[in-house]
Parts: sequence; C-alpha cells; structure tokens
Amino acid sequence: MLGYALRRLLGVIPTFLLIVAAAFFLMRAAPGGPFDAEQTLPPEIEANLQAAYGLDQPVTVQFGRYLAGLAHGDLGPSFRMKDFTVAELIGRGLPVTFGIGAAALLLALAVGIPLGLLAGLKQNGWADHAVMSIALAGIAIPNFVVAPVLALLFGLYLGWLPVAGWEAGSLRHMVLPVVTLALPLVAYLARLTRGSLLEVLQSPFIRTARAKGLDPDVILRRHALKPTLLPVVSFLGPAAAALLTGSLVVEQVFGLPGVGRYFVQGAVNRDYTLVMGMVVFYASLILALNLLVDLVYGWLDPRIRHD
Amino acid sequence: MAGSTLASVMTDDGLWIDARRRLLGNRAAVAAAVLVLLLVLAALLGPLVSPYELDQVDWTLSPLTSPPSLDNGHWFGTDSNGRDLFVRVWAGTQVSLLVALLATAVSVVIGVAWGATAGYLGGRVDGWMMRVVDVLYALPYMFFVIILTVVFGRSLWLIFLAIGAVGWLTMARIVRGQALALRQREFVAAAVTLGLPAHRIIARHIVPNVLGTVVVYATLTVPQVILFESFLSFLGLGVQEPLTSLGRLVAEGALEMETAPWQLLAPSAVLAALLLALNFLGDGLRDALDPRQG
Repeated sequence: MLGYALRRLLGVIPTFLLIVAAAFFLMRAAPGGPFDAEQTLPPEIEANLQAAYGLDQPVTVQFGRYLAGLAHGDLGPSFRMKDFTVAELIGRGLPVTFGIGAAALLLALAVGIPLGLLAGLKQNGWADHAVMSIALAGIAIPNFVVAPVLALLFGLYLGWLPVAGWEAGSLRHMVLPVVTLALPLVAYLARLTRGSLLEVLQSPFIRTARAKGLDPDVILRRHALKPTLLPVVSFLGPAAAALLTGSLVVEQVFGLPGVGRYFVQGAVNRDYTLVMGMVVFYASLILALNLLVDLVYGWLDPRIRHD
Repeated sequence: MAGSTLASVMTDDGLWIDARRRLLGNRAAVAAAVLVLLLVLAALLGPLVSPYELDQVDWTLSPLTSPPSLDNGHWFGTDSNGRDLFVRVWAGTQVSLLVALLATAVSVVIGVAWGATAGYLGGRVDGWMMRVVDVLYALPYMFFVIILTVVFGRSLWLIFLAIGAVGWLTMARIVRGQALALRQREFVAAAVTLGLPAHRIIARHIVPNVLGTVVVYATLTVPQVILFESFLSFLGLGVQEPLTSLGRLVAEGALEMETAPWQLLAPSAVLAALLLALNFLGDGLRDALDPRQG
C-alpha cells in the first residue's frame, strides 16, 4: 500500500509541474505586455513598473521566482485589482464555492445512487426507462440553461426562492445554486450506478449467492452493494472537476461571491496573474482530489494497488 | 463484430449494413436522427426564410423589444436592441454546428493517428505515448482553454482549435485499445510478412477496422463540443459580435428574463433539443455499431 501511494504521488508531480509551466509560459507568450492597454506611460515609469513586477528579468528567472513563490503559497499580485493578491481573492471566495460544491456533491450522492440502484434492479421496467431518460436529459442540458430557467420558474413566477444574491448562512439563497450544480452529477451517478450494478449482478459470486437461496435483499445489501459502489468512488475525482467548472456558471448566474466569479472576471478583463494563479490553484486542487480518490480506491480494492 | 451472422462477417460491408438495420430498429435513435436533421435544416434555412437580417434593428417597433408574434414577422420575438430573435437563434445554431464539426474533425484526425500508432507499435512506444495522454487527461482543460482566450484574444478559430486539440484524448484511448487487439490478427501478420512498412499497415489495415468505433465517438463528441463552445460564449469568452452563438444568446436572454422571458427560452429550447437529440443519436449508434458496449 505504501509503495502504491508513493508511486501515485510521484506520478502527480510531473503533471503539476507541466500545468504550472504551461500556464506560466502561455501567459508570457501573450502578445503585448500587461500595461499596454493603459495610456502610454513615460519610459521611466514603465521601467519601474516592469521592475516592480519582476518583468525586467529573463523569463527563466521569472519562472524560478514564480515557483519559489508557489512553494509558500504566494500566487502573486492581481494586475487589475491593484490592492489584492491572487491568494487573498481565492481566500475570500473559497468558503462560498466550497460550501456550494460540497452541498451539491452530497445531494447528488443522496439522490443519484438510489435512483441508479432502482433502475438497475428493475432493468427495462418503466422505472428504469424513466430514470435513464431523465438522466440523459440531465447530462445533455447544460447548467447555464438550467440555472436561469430555474431562477425564472422558482424565483420570478412562483416566488418561492430568491432569484439571485448571497447572504452568508442563508439557506434559501443556497437552494437554486446547489440544485443546479447537483443535477448533472445526479444524472451521471444514476447511469454509473445502474451500469455497475448490472455488471455486478452477472458475476459468479452473485449467482452462487442466489443458488444458495439467499434472500434478494440480503444479496443486494451484503454482496452486491460494495462492488457496485467502487466505480462511484473513482468518479468522485472527475465529479470534483465538474463541480469547479460548473461553479463558474452558477456563481455568474446567481451572483455569488465565489472563486469562480473572480476567475471569469479575471478572464474577461485579461488579468494575467489572476487567471494564471487561479488555474494553478484549480489544477492543484483537482490533482490532489484525484490522488486522494486513487488512494482510497487502492485501499478499497487490492487488485488496483498490485497492478 | 459480435451479434452478426456469418454471412455478414464474410461480406465487405457487413458491419455497416448490420448496423443500419439495428439503428433503424431503435425508435428513439431514429426520432433523434430526424430531429437533428430538422434542426440542421432550420439552422441553414431559418435566416433565409425570415424577412429580417442578423444585425438589422427593426425601428418600426415601439418599444424595440417585441414578444413572439406572427403579425410583425418576429416569430421568436426580438432582443433588447430590436433585432429579430428567430434569425439570431438559427444563425447562432449555425455557428455552434460549424465549430462542433471542425473541432470534432480535428480531434478525430489527431486521436485516430495517435491511438492507432501507439496501439499498433505497442511496447515502450505505446507506453510513452499513452503516458502523454494520461498526463494531458489530468489537466483541467476547460481552464486551459480559458487561458488561451485570455492570451490570444477571443476568436472562433482559436476556440475550435483549442477544443479540437484537447478533445482527441478519449478518441486516442479508444482507438489504441482496438488497435492493440487488431495487431494480433492474422491479416496484420500477413501484411507484416509481406514486408509492408508500419505506416502503411496502420493506414490500410488498422484505421479502416476501427472506423465503426470512431464514428460512434465522433457523434458523441459533437454535442460535447457544442456544450463547450456555448459554455465559453455564455461566460463572454467565446464567439464575439457581430457573430452570435446559442450560448451567447442564452446569456443575453438570462439578463432580460424578468421582462422578456422569450429571449431566454427560445435559444435554451433549441440548444437543449440539439444536445438531447445528438446524445440520443450517439447512444443509438453505439448500440448499433458496437453491441458489446451497450
């Protein structure tokens, strides 16, 4: 197990360095400097600005400095929001993004897995067809369509929930964003659980359990459930990535003060350091979660770690 | 392929005839195919049928925002600037379809070439080529496309190149798996014995035999690309004026939904129908061409 964990950890490092390098050199390859858009500056001031941000150094030195900064969590200043560093902006938005994402993930697990089990147990019955059709719709219809339509329906026409906005601790403001984020995950989880259950139910050990005359309920709970849920564990990595991507849209539509909104604003304003810092942050978060999922998976399923 | 009769295995186009029969027997897939066809036709013909132009402001309206109406010829209503939404929605669909087709083509070409080469050569080359795919797979590539739009500005070409360039990974993995199996087959051994160079074997013997799978995953790539492009356009990072796309129209509609809900609902409905139909069609094609996967 320890060897497996070390191998996975070593595998993550080159990916992380590649991400940082790609983000860094892409930004440096950008046509024009970060201060070109403003009114033409006297050359002395321009030189001072360049020096203040370290832009007068060779690119390799800049990259070295950036890596050194990263090592103690310094993502640099934001070019456009002059009084903030990238790390401060992330720190401000993170509680909102994290809270919504965690709630959406829990909701998706609580709804998606039972739906998938139901569909798989009644394969080709009406419940199966209903769940799978809804799941396909949930996967196909994008969250940036679902979000405003839900806001229109429940916020404006029915008036049950606030259309947008955020008050810390207010559950009513969380409902629509969380549901919007959770819907596609519910759909994926239902499909995944159903497919996995069908495969498990065909395996020899289930046939043996049936041949012994065990109660179908006991077969499901004691024998089929655990192996069925294994693929769900490995789906949690991509799910986290999907939640982060989805939060870009949801925070925009519902006007939430999360990380995703700073990222989109940064991209629209071409705030180089902010976008780069956030990509590095998102990437390390996703890599860390994937690594965690891999380790849990290896712990649950010995076949994986001895591969 | 499994599930086919001996006769159809023996004939040259057996797989395709077989697949067509299975596809036509799948009612949901046929309905989806018809819907896709109708939407493509509407996208091509819609702007021609309407009396209005894409960026023409209808000054006869007062106020400029008109709900859907048969009388004034604005069948989907107008946007906040008095431009005809019917024309804009179908022109946006055209852009979405164009980006999707080009980006899918890019990802098919790269993915098939990469996967077939890795799978056929096998061994250490295969290991390294697939390691590259694994590393790229771990990247959150939506964020990379956003970096690209920040660095190089926002253009249609950049979007489809970027999407195509990252979309090939799944295709490469699938093709590589098939190619690994194919290289064990007798006809490949025969080609090797005849002294054919590797690139000829890949082009003449490996690639034609993975086409079925490629068609299926290309069909499933198209809605993903449409989704991706609409996502970027929705955030304001994709297609720019004077062009429009479905994602952009949804974003503009969402701003006006309190006073003019049709501006949100018309592009949303078209986008949802297009994505649903393409996904159903892709699922149907997979069942038809690759029964073992279903």
